[in-house]
Amino acid sequence: MNSNREELRIGFYVCHCGHNIAATVDCAEVARYVGTLPHVALSREYKYMCSDPGQELIQQDIREHKLNRVVVASCSPLLHEHTFRGATEAGGLNPFYFHMVNIREHNSWVHTDRKEATEKAKALAQAAIERVAHHKALEVKRVKIHADVLVVGGGIAGIHAAMTMANAGKKVYLVEREPTIGGHMAKFDKTFPTLDCAACILTPKMSEVGNHPNITLWTYSEVTKVDGYVGNYKVTVKHKPRYIVEDACVGCMECIDACVYKTPKFEDEFNEGLGKRKPVFIPFPQATPQVVIIDPETCLNLKTGKCKKTCVEACADRMAIDFTQQETFDEIEVGTMIVATGFKTFDAKRVPAYGYGVYPNVYTALEVERLVNASGPTGGEVITRDGRHPKSIGIIHCVGSRDKKTNVWCSRVCCMYSMKLALLLKEHTGAEIYNFYIDIRTPGKGYEEFYNKLLDEGVHFIRGRVGEVTDWAMTPEEEGKLTIRVEDTLAGYVRRIPVDMVVLATGLEPQQDAQDVRRLFNLSCGGEGWFLERHPKLAPVSTFTDGIFIAGGCQGPRDIPDTVAQAGAAAAECLALIDKGYVEQEPNTAFVLAEECSGCKSCIPLCPYTAIAFDESSKVAVINEALCKGCGTCVASCPSGSIVQNLFEDDEVFSEIKGVLAYD
Amino acid sequence: MTKDWKPRIVAFFCNWCTYTAADLAGVSRLKYASNVRVIRLMCSGRVDPQFILEALTHGADGVLIGGCHPFDCHYVEGNYKMLRRFQLLKRLLADMGIEDQRVRLEWISAAEGDKVKRVINDLTQQIQALGPLGFPSKVADWDREMTELEHHVTATAAGVCACGESEMAAAKPEVAHV
Repeated sequence: MNSNREELRIGFYVCHCGHNIAATVDCAEVARYVGTLPHVALSREYKYMCSDPGQELIQQDIREHKLNRVVVASCSPLLHEHTFRGATEAGGLNPFYFHMVNIREHNSWVHTDRKEATEKAKALAQAAIERVAHHKALEVKRVKIHADVLVVGGGIAGIHAAMTMANAGKKVYLVEREPTIGGHMAKFDKTFPTLDCAACILTPKMSEVGNHPNITLWTYSEVTKVDGYVGNYKVTVKHKPRYIVEDACVGCMECIDACVYKTPKFEDEFNEGLGKRKPVFIPFPQATPQVVIIDPETCLNLKTGKCKKTCVEACADRMAIDFTQQETFDEIEVGTMIVATGFKTFDAKRVPAYGYGVYPNVYTALEVERLVNASGPTGGEVITRDGRHPKSIGIIHCVGSRDKKTNVWCSRVCCMYSMKLALLLKEHTGAEIYNFYIDIRTPGKGYEEFYNKLLDEGVHFIRGRVGEVTDWAMTPEEEGKLTIRVEDTLAGYVRRIPVDMVVLATGLEPQQDAQDVRRLFNLSCGGEGWFLERHPKLAPVSTFTDGIFIAGGCQGPRDIPDTVAQAGAAAAECLALIDKGYVEQEPNTAFVLAEECSGCKSCIPLCPYTAIAFDESSKVAVINEALCKGCGTCVASCPSGSIVQNLFEDDEVFSEIKGVLAYD
Repeated sequence: MTKDWKPRIVAFFCNWCTYTAADLAGVSRLKYASNVRVIRLMCSGRVDPQFILEALTHGADGVLIGGCHPFDCHYVEGNYKMLRRFQLLKRLLADMGIEDQRVRLEWISAAEGDKVKRVINDLTQQIQALGPLGFPSKVADWDREMTELEHHVTATAAGVCACGESEMAAAKPEVAHV
């Protein structure tokens, strides 16, 4: 360990990053200038500092030139600080004798004037040189990781992640807010491009989850509170009352038959409102867990208290029905978490020109998935809401996608699922199918082949964004039909195409409560509301909160193969942390200089983690290092300046301020 | 003021939102004025008002503080602590004759790379219009005044004249301020 009294010998390295930096910043000039600053023992430029030879250079220089401080000017510290700290350590120095200067993201990539960019690089480098002189040797603390994992969301992403980790022998809590797991995939009829039956590939996985000894499955439950930090999270889970004792219910469904409502009367959410259910119901036959649920909004007994309770009679000595059930809470401890809360589909009513909710024969794609499904509301028979068998069907792509008025992003799956539905509808009805598209996007294995197959099958493709869907007939053929008005941009004129049924390929959107979930788990969101990954390419399932990973549609629109791949990746990230057994924590915690503390206690209420206590015997504030997360708020507020934050000491920041301003 | 004078702005960005947003601006290759020098802190709550004064004293023409949006602070509420301090500091800065527009607090989330660009360009323009702050010379003037006053006080105290008492009483709080 170097003492601060020892003569300072700073090594400075400016990285070209190929042309990324060197094209805008005169690296040679920066290196020359920094070389003239006091205490700089050597100043170099190099093409790729993060490469092995670049790192080797640092190590060699530390040994040969007896460097005791290292500064690298390259990309963002969020990307490579860790790399260079490693190189510094490998060279035999304490890794915290290193400081990084961001001259790529904050300089060469955002400026065009070479002179200005070079001046800025010099100023930032000088600041780092002055700052690093004040750096102290610090120790990385290791925190043990709790081996249990929480997976939030029981769609295909959550299911796959939970299974992967449970099979590796970890204890997994899977929390799903709906009464059953399965998510959107459970509603699909077939999956593109292979036309696998969605239920056939999903439901075995669902029941495996339900029966797995390592998985605690909590459906109809929500996470309400998250405390702690990586390796040691405390999570509160709320169980909503389903008015059924889950352990007692055997899924015989006799209560459903016995319900005082003789016929199903209420809108069935699972079938997108196309079918009816009773107040006591099971979402779909393969629901997991195989447990019914009572809807308090429609159950006569829960609403009025006046009911013959024939369901209770039918349940008899199983006694699974409990009308007195209340919300309950569980507090669990986990080390890592996967957030896989999925997406919602675009509300087609937001594009009024397409007549959804106005014309009964306009459907959303998800409704059609249920309509063509053998266990759907019509048993797979395609009958329109007004009771007709459609002879012609129009499928409108990009509803709520690639549109400045709604959502600008491409939802990625709509082209493919539209073509899948085109094929299924053709099989089921023999109707003429028209696809109205802007571009056909088929980026996936076997996807373009699927498109070609559809062309061979005689499905029509008309390129153009549909202007409107109307029931106003201009010709006798349009009488009693819905007419799709579109500019065919390949033919170059406006066409009117009468059809019996319109399918809207609605896009994918962040969940309604994505912002609440984001805050709960301390995640970040992109502008559109999708959860933000730590790095779009190199850390696609990590988040800015250590130990919390994301998978599936909550991060952005994606199809099933990508979702499963991502879920596997998130599971692997959790397993890697768990099996390592500990995490290294950035030593940026704060501590109190007892001899300078006046005992005013003003810092104590400021700490959001209650890490600061008042020591009655010595009359000074004391910071519990294990609880401190290193924000530095107390440091900035201490009237006597007696709190110090490691890595962000006053002297370090002050010298950085002077440094950036020292250069004109 | 010379024609090619360029303002110098020091920015304090929180690690989790605004610094990341500035990284995003870079990755997105947005272009903005090169006048801002960013100093990374873990949280806007770490921004000591002294940092801002220090920057102005050492020749900054403006200061920008970037933190997470309300409800979004990585450390729960560091941004609120900063906001409170900022309101007090603004009054102090006004008393020192520093224009309101020179010191700015902005909430910029990790996704708002375009906001980094907008805010930096806007602030640079505003400060360009205001001209140099010249705070270091003002501070030097104040320092000189204080030293003179100190000399005067010590001289009168040493002189032990009859009138010294009342003068000292008036001067004392000023000296204590140093």
